[in-house]
Formats: sequence, structure tokens, C-alpha cells
Amino acid sequence: MSEVRPRVGVVTFPGSNDDRDAVWALAALGADAKPLWHADERLPALDAIVLPGGFSYGDYLRAGAIARFSPAMGAVVEFAREGGLVLGICNGFQVLCEAGLLPGVLRPNRSLSFVCRDVRLTVERTDTPFTSRCRPGQELTIPVKHGDGCWFAPAALLAEVEGDDLVLLRYAEGENPNGSVADVAGLVSPEGNVMGLMPHPEHAVDPLLGSGDGALVLASLVDAARDRVLQAA
Amino acid sequence: MERDPNDFELAVFSLLWSEHCGYKHSALLLKRFPTDGPAVLQGPGENAGVVDVGGGEAVAFKVESHNHPSAVEPFQGAATGVGGILRDIIAMGARPIALLDGLRFGRPDWGFSRAVAGIGHYGNSVGVPTVGGEAVFDDAYEQNPLVNAMCVGVLPAERVTRARARGTGNLIVLYGATTGRDGIGGASVLASQELSEEDGDKRPTVQIGDPFTGKKLIEASLALVEGGLVASLQDCGAAGLASSLAEMAAGGEAGVDVELDRVPLREDGMEPVEIMISESQERMVAVVEPGRLADVEALCRRWELEHAVIGEVTETGELRAFFGGELVGTIPARLLTDEAPRYRVSPEPRAAAAPIVHDPIPVEPDDLLALLASPNVRSRRAVFERYDHLVGSRTVRRPGLDAAVLRLPPSHRGLAVSLDGPGRAASLDPHTAGMQAVLESARNVACAGGRPLALTNCLNFGNPEKGEIAWELVEAIEGMAQACEALGVPIVSGNVSLYNETGGRPIDPTPAVGCVGLVEDVREIPGRWAEGDVVLVAGAPELSLDGSEYQARFLGGAAGRPPRPSAAAEAALVAFLADAAPVLTSAHDCSDGGLAVALSELALWSGAGADVDLEPDALEWFGEGGGRAVVTCRREDVTRLDDAVPLREIGVVRGDRLLGVTLDRLRAAHEGGER
Repeated sequence: MSEVRPRVGVVTFPGSNDDRDAVWALAALGADAKPLWHADERLPALDAIVLPGGFSYGDYLRAGAIARFSPAMGAVVEFAREGGLVLGICNGFQVLCEAGLLPGVLRPNRSLSFVCRDVRLTVERTDTPFTSRCRPGQELTIPVKHGDGCWFAPAALLAEVEGDDLVLLRYAEGENPNGSVADVAGLVSPEGNVMGLMPHPEHAVDPLLGSGDGALVLASLVDAARDRVLQAA
Repeated sequence: MERDPNDFELAVFSLLWSEHCGYKHSALLLKRFPTDGPAVLQGPGENAGVVDVGGGEAVAFKVESHNHPSAVEPFQGAATGVGGILRDIIAMGARPIALLDGLRFGRPDWGFSRAVAGIGHYGNSVGVPTVGGEAVFDDAYEQNPLVNAMCVGVLPAERVTRARARGTGNLIVLYGATTGRDGIGGASVLASQELSEEDGDKRPTVQIGDPFTGKKLIEASLALVEGGLVASLQDCGAAGLASSLAEMAAGGEAGVDVELDRVPLREDGMEPVEIMISESQERMVAVVEPGRLADVEALCRRWELEHAVIGEVTETGELRAFFGGELVGTIPARLLTDEAPRYRVSPEPRAAAAPIVHDPIPVEPDDLLALLASPNVRSRRAVFERYDHLVGSRTVRRPGLDAAVLRLPPSHRGLAVSLDGPGRAASLDPHTAGMQAVLESARNVACAGGRPLALTNCLNFGNPEKGEIAWELVEAIEGMAQACEALGVPIVSGNVSLYNETGGRPIDPTPAVGCVGLVEDVREIPGRWAEGDVVLVAGAPELSLDGSEYQARFLGGAAGRPPRPSAAAEAALVAFLADAAPVLTSAHDCSDGGLAVALSELALWSGAGADVDLEPDALEWFGEGGGRAVVTCRREDVTRLDDAVPLREIGVVRGDRLLGVTLDRLRAAHEGGER
């Protein structure tokens, strides 16, 4: 049944940059990848949604702060509240935090400079729809490229996040590119169906372009979306 | 015109007849460049050059300067330089896939850092990867820094879009940002005069960039072209509508009527002439058939871009401007473009210094460490990590060594791209500087496995009305042209930036050359050297310390006369490198800092050391001159390398040391820089 191609939507906001990369990567990993438009209040039937990287609406205010009010985001929030699978990458992570679907906020990098480089990450959990193809403790090499990637939560919220095991990916020792607390690189929602991460898995699906490790994250999502299609059938 | 122009017309003339727009001191000299070839679809004269790369695909590319705006305000100057070159590429109907930047500053100071930030601000925000370029520091650029931006785009070969107003009654549509008073007179006040101490008051002539609108402009423009909705596209850049409309009218051998009161404005009370020459950023002009207007408007609305029909194509041959129904100016379009004045420059040769002859100078590893840490040699990681170099999913070879490689999916073919200027020899011999710039860019592309297809260039010079500067210009162009002819590679686009003088001090002659090469199979490009590989030096040109980084650092500054490269030997080396790419495990151009620096850079890139046998002499370690490359291959493959160029085996890849220094120490010097 692996020929079932789950429908994965990728939202294009004005200012999205990695939307086409995400569509390309998801299609290469067996999804029926569908571009979605920010101004559409209603979404087609989907098995998962990806919010891509970029600078939605220019991000001249706080990153993601405008995109959360876009018509499409209303539908994405509803999709997530009903248990739908949502993955936010970089700017998408920022949008999910602004929309209240993930805890914490993303601040400017501690260096105050944009940074683009490969980072090593440690997989903290593999029992999620986003990391099922990884081994516990596995080290992944995936690039980051962002100016506002410093995830932050006050102590009480951080304790909750850690207590609930919501951290899925951490920067390996010495690799943290932005100063995020607890080396957080990627998180899952308490309900387990929404993930956000700063590294770009869609830019690590072909070793020819540097690394193939990001494919493990995206293929996990495609697997989970496919399982939902099969269960529904 | 056979009459005196009115004030409106005079303002338009003053901009379009400026050096920046009219090339009045350079146009005659530029005829020396070879510009044609079987693959050239569009040579100089359009927004960018276009070359057929086969398989139905073409590549559009150009480099342009934004020097004077960056001298006055480095962040916005650099950012809008990137925005401007992007619009040149989309005007050809191409999707931008790579940016490169040539930066020359006095030192890595605040201004340099702000220029880097400005480039990142624009390039990162619009989703076009910045994959290469150069950063050079020399006192010559202290008061007059150079910011050159290059963009490469891809398009279907049969869909080259041009800036030509054709079809009487077709509509002129302006879309993108609104028009304000920013950047008024930029082309003439800033770009075509020497700078002085009191240039703070020129800040209002610098444009302000809005990359978010720039991003929407890229996507909307490509959708317009892909949908077949526009007959012609034109960037609205230097000299604003005046330049765009004049070039479109002249290019189409037609006329244009423009109604300036229909231009969407961002401030009240603008005079007609201000609207005509405003350099507000993020605007494009399209020629649209009336029947397609509704679709064009719908697309602009989808991307939330301001748009308006501001005029129409006529058969008068004139650019006519109206405001509130009144005619405010009429100028024959060709008078503003092709028939702008052309001056012959009066070169005054400077006497050449004699080459300096040295007794052997012993060297030691500390000299190498000092050179690796010097501003012009040290790692550029701190710069290119501030640029998104991955967006687009094409970057097979990332920035850091020679040239980047971008693939052309779904095939395994790719493009190798490089942007280079001359080394310190520029101050000693402009002819050699011109040759060097062309040859180094071609060699960098070849080291990355590309066969050079075509070049673009930006000529950064001082005031051409001075005889010595005119001579530098003539000599550099001659050197460039000879190198192009030897390589068999044309120049298809370019830009001239003159008057780069501040307080009477001109910059060194700085021709910057961008090269695009075709890679047959991106899976077979040279990468990293590996244990057991044989290390060879390809090419055996005459070497010298004159004009070398070693001389600048240890011998009191650039002096003497560097040897002129042999064009034939250089072309053979480029061909050898491109041919041998599938066999080579690694390849690296040997330029600033000489052989010892090139070996160090390749060792650090590869993460492995080598046993190499070099005489501990300054000429052997650090001599520069003509083209050489360090290449490596498996021992059994040495016989597969052809003998078209001299090859000298110097060692074997092994261990974690090079020339008596551990890789860790080399890395600390190269990455850490001078303390």
C-alpha cells in the first residue's frame, strides 16, 4: 500500500521562500504535495500541512506575527485543533508559536546575525509522527538559515515543556547556532500532532546537496499522513 | 531637437546623459570586447546577457555596481544593489537562482559589515541564494568602497523577454512599489561624480530597499511572463521611468506617451519631473496588449502590488510626458539612448616600474600562518554564513572555494559561477589586472568542474577625464579582451562605474569579472582530497613576488611589475581543468598568497593534511603570477590526465599536517584571523 500518496499541503505566504523546496522534497518522498495560498480561507482535503521557511509578509514586525492572522492560518489552526498533522519549518515554526499552537517564542539569534550552516542535532524522541524513522539518540546533520531562531520560554514554561517531553530535536553539544534555551531545535505540541523546528529538513533530502538526514523527518511525516489515509479507508 | 529643452526635458537629459546611464566615456572602448558566440542569445545592451546552455534552457546573468550609494550608506546601498540586479534578471523573463557579491573596502570595518548585512537583508529575504563573490581589503578603497552585485537566472531558451516597446496602442503598465522622492538624481549626483568629505547631504539620493515587495515583484513578474501576459518587461532602476521608458521606446523603435499623474505615489505634491526621475525601488514596467490587461491586473492584485496603466506605445519615436492632460516634455527617444554623446578619452600612459629581483628569501611556517590570518586571505566563512546559500535546492557546491555549483534539475547538469577581480597587481599594471580578472574567474569555474560559457563584467575605475585613469581603462579593457579571445569566451553583459575617487584619490583599476560555466554532471565535480591521493601543480607560469600578498605583507607594499600571463598557456590550463574534472578528487585555483596558501585552503576544505615537498623559499611558497591550480587524483588515475599543461607532482595526501604545521593551527589562523 506504500503507493498511497498522502496529500500534504504547503502554504505559500507572500514572502515564503522555501515553499517550492518543501513541495519538491515532499513529492520526492512520496507525498502528493499541494501548494496552498495564504489568502484562501478554505483548504482542500489534506492529510498533513507544512508551513515553510521564509519571511512571511516581510517579517518587518516580529517573525510570524502577521502570518498568524492570514486567512489560511485560520484553517490551519482548525485543522490542527482537530488533530491534523502540521509541521512548521523555520518561519513556519515562528508562525506556529505566534499562533499559540506551540509553546515559547523565537527571538533574534544571540549573535544578532543571520546564520546559514549545517548543524548536528540529537533526536530526543522517536515515538512521534515527525521522528518515527529516526533511531533514539541519532545524530542528524541538517542546515539552519535564520536570523530569529533563538527559541525561548520562561523557566516555568520550560519546565513544563521538558516535563512533558516535548523537545524532539536539540542542537548537539557546541552546535547551538542561535542561543536557544536548552539547545531546543524542534518541539512537538502536547497533543503530539504539531511540530516546529528551526533547521530545514527540506534542504537535507539529497546527499548531493549536503546531507540526506532531513529526509528522515519529512518521510516520518509522510508515513504518518499515509497511515491516516489507510486508517480512514 | 532644434530648440532649447525646457526644465523637465533638461532634467531627463542630465540623468540619461550621465556616465552611469549613457556610458559616454566608455561606450567606444567597450567595442573592443568579443561579445558574440554560437550560444549567445542576447549580448550587451539589454538588462542582462543570455546564453543557451542546451536542453532547451538558457541562463541570464549580469554584474552591476552600487559603489557610490554604498559609500554614502553601506547597508541600503548594498541592499538596493542586490534588488537592482535581481530586477535586471527578471526583466529577461528569468528566475534568479544565484547572487554573488564583489566587495572591496579599506578594511573589514563597520562599513564592510553593514554592506554584508545589507546584502543578506535583501538576498535572504527574497529567497535567492548568495553563493559567492569576493571580499578584498586595500587602502585604495578606504574612502571609496566597491559593492558589485551579480545575479544568475534561468529561463526557457525560447522565452527571452526584452525591453522593447512594440505595437502601437499597447499599454504601459507600472507595477510594484509606489513612487516617492527617494533616490532622485542617484544616477547623476552619486554615480557619475567624485565623492568628497561633505557627502552626508547626498544621503537622500540613496534609495531604500523593501525586499518583501521585491520578493512579490519577482514572483508576480515570473507569473506574468510564464502566462504570456506581457509583450515586454523593463526594470525601473537608475533614472527611474525616464530611463525605462526611453530605453523601451528606443529598443522597440517606437514612441511612448506617459501620463505622470497616473503613477501611484507614496507622497503628496510631487512635481512631474520628480515622478519621471524618482529611483524608488521595486518597480517594473511592462508592455501589455489591451486584451490582456484584465489578467495582468488580477495577477498584480493577487500579489498585492500597486499597479496602473501609465501610458501607451505610439509610433512617434518620441518620449512624451503629460501631467493633468498638459504636455510637459517631448524628447526623441533615441536622443536619450543610442545618440547620447560619446567622448574619446585621452590616455596618458604611466611609466612601468621595473620588475624587482630578489635573492632567495627563506620562509618558515609562521610566515604561512601570518598570511592565512591576513584580511585578504583569511576564511570568508564569517561572511558567507550570513547569507542563505541553500534556498532553491540547487547548491551542490557551497561557497568557500573557487566557484559554487548549482544544479539544473531534473538533469544532472549544472552551472559553476564565480565573481573575481584582480589582485594587488592592479595598482602596478592595469593590463595584467584585466587579464587576471578574466582568467581567474574562468579558472575558478574550471576548478569546480565547469566549462566557461560566457562572462559579465563591471569596470570600476576613477575619473576617466584624467589621462592616467583613461589609460588604465584602455589597458585593462585590452587585457580583458585578449584573455577572452584566448579562452574563446564572450562578454555578454556588464556595467561601468567611473568617478570612483574620493578627495582626489582614485581606486586601483578594478575590473570585476563574473563567469558562468556549464558542468556536464554535477556528481562528478572535484570535491575533497583523500588519503593517498597524489598532489600535483598544474601550470608553470613565470612567478614573482611583485604584486603578491607576501610582498604586501612582508616587503612593504605592492611594488615592481608582475609578469604578464601568457594567454595561450592560461587558456590551456582552463581547458585542462574542465576536461580533467571527473578524474580529479579536488582542484583549487592558486591565487592570492601563492602555492602554500592554496595547499592550506585545500587541506582545510578537505579536512586532511599532505606530505608535500616545497623548497622553503618565498617565491616557491608565496610567489604569484600567471595561473596555476593544485589538483589531486588517485594514484592510478595520474596517467589519465592529459599532458596539455605542465604537471608537477609535489606530494601525497596523508596525515594531519601540512608544511610542518598541524591542520588545527592552520585552521585557527585561517578562521580566527589576525588578533
